[in-house]
Amino acid sequence: MDLDIHAGEFLAIMGSSGCGKTTTLRMLAGLDAPTSGEIRIGGELMNDVKPHERDTPLVWQSLALFPFLSARENVEFGLKMRGVGKDERKRRALEWLDRMEIGEFAERNVATLSGGQKQRVALARSLVMEPKMLLLDEPLSALDANLVIRMQAVLTRLQKELGITFVYVTHSQSEAFAMADRVVIMSQGEIAQVGSPKDIYRAPANRFVAEFVGRNNILAGRVTSQTDEYVCVSTPSGDFTAAAPADPRATGSPLTFAVSADLVSVSAEKPDSANTVHCTLISEEFIGSVVTLFLESVDGHEFKVQMQERDLIELDLCSGSQIWLSWLPENAHVLEGE
Amino acid sequence: MNQNRLLNIILALYVLCIFVFIFAPILFSLVFSFNSQRFPTIPLGHFTTEWYAKIFADPDVWLAARNSLIVSVSTALLATFLGFCTAYSDFRYNFRFKGPYLALILLPPTIPLIIMALAMLAWLSRLGLSGQLWSIILAHSVLTAPFAMAIIRLRLNQMDPDLEAAAWNLGSSEWQAMRHIIIPFSAPAIVSSLCLTAAVSFDEFSISWFVSGLNKTVPVVILEIVQGNIDPQVNAIGTFVFLTSMTLVILAQVFFISRQVKSHS
Repeated sequence: MDLDIHAGEFLAIMGSSGCGKTTTLRMLAGLDAPTSGEIRIGGELMNDVKPHERDTPLVWQSLALFPFLSARENVEFGLKMRGVGKDERKRRALEWLDRMEIGEFAERNVATLSGGQKQRVALARSLVMEPKMLLLDEPLSALDANLVIRMQAVLTRLQKELGITFVYVTHSQSEAFAMADRVVIMSQGEIAQVGSPKDIYRAPANRFVAEFVGRNNILAGRVTSQTDEYVCVSTPSGDFTAAAPADPRATGSPLTFAVSADLVSVSAEKPDSANTVHCTLISEEFIGSVVTLFLESVDGHEFKVQMQERDLIELDLCSGSQIWLSWLPENAHVLEGE
Repeated sequence: MNQNRLLNIILALYVLCIFVFIFAPILFSLVFSFNSQRFPTIPLGHFTTEWYAKIFADPDVWLAARNSLIVSVSTALLATFLGFCTAYSDFRYNFRFKGPYLALILLPPTIPLIIMALAMLAWLSRLGLSGQLWSIILAHSVLTAPFAMAIIRLRLNQMDPDLEAAAWNLGSSEWQAMRHIIIPFSAPAIVSSLCLTAAVSFDEFSISWFVSGLNKTVPVVILEIVQGNIDPQVNAIGTFVFLTSMTLVILAQVFFISRQVKSHS
């Protein structure tokens, strides 16, 4: 893989388990060695630099707080290893614990702290080192949903205030999209796509990203005709028009495109649109204000539609209802590859 | 409900029987050590500390006690050091032949003591090392290092494997991480192992008898007293040995179990 991390950005690396995202992070910290290739930090080649000689503190998924030390002693640890004097490191540790709003727990053994408090100790322990880059390995995965939202706010605020680089590994799309300036999607040790959360959500590069991120309807077929603006595709579910890709395709060549589930409209009568499919409603998934409909076209292809709950009420649907789906050609995004 | 209660009573009785079975002989030994009569018979004679006075006056006993102290303390230090190194190498590294390596390390306690003692004698005398205090120390270390390894390995098992890497990540060299993280974390097991290996070494007879030569330890002297003349001196000295060993074993338990409970709370 080839990746440039910009100084001062919040970069999220996202992928399913085993895709190599944690390994990437551990290589940055020097805990795993790359079998080939180079890692440079600030232009300096890091391949042979030992972990303790690097300035790359990591916030661990397990937190890895030292259980026999108090919160303050945990935060002081790195400074102690760097040879910072006793009074100085105590002052800095307490300052960071206060900043993380857990100053009152400084002398408590970390085992007695709650999940959220431990999380803050772990952050303080890394940040007290005043690094240029902070590595975070799924740090919020052990917290409950409410706490995750709060910690996300803490993290983004810290990153802006300190102006340092955050490299954040997660399998959670909501965490990555909520915090990151740029998101890297990884698959089997390779980068599938790099871009802003919006780019990745609205313009997935390939089938893997389209399936991994959000809810996309993916249709594959062959090119029948092409203009500068649009490309016409024939698929088993029907003929559709999509926005023309940057790389023109020959007529007859295979093509896959994705339509985000929230950009598909539903109507009882056949609409006047370039892209329509007649479907049967199979089931719906209600998660509050947003509802996802699962439908099946005549040829058996599954379609997903996301819509507001209040819009759904007007349609008066039940399982087995016959309805029409439609979407604008510019919302059909052509994917790389076949 | 009733049945459960009955079962509980039976179980309690069973446990009581086990304790009686184990501790009654020791208790008798203790009682007879203060008994004026030469032979352990009932009814008892009057209370006396004569036998204690006798063993305290015996220079052989003092010498043996000194030897035993040196041997058990040295053995505890050496065996615990070896055990720690083995436990850590097992915890930290994967290497070829790790299985056989561990099997060999854990082997000594499974060998009958008498065989081990004979083998030790043969080997050490060939090297010209037999009959020295530190030949007993060497032999005892071989015997007790596996216990040390087992106790410390169990403790390392409870450690988040990320802890050590977290220390490196915060700027500790491998030696600093060992000093500031691994050893403090293992400390209760290390103390426990020191007590236990000292207790085993202090009590051990067969190996000591074979390799000690003229440097007798307490168990060897006890045998000589028994062989020489039957008198309650043996009970007196036995009570001492028992109290020493029990104290060490209980200390080992306290350190280990109290930490186990804490780390789970």
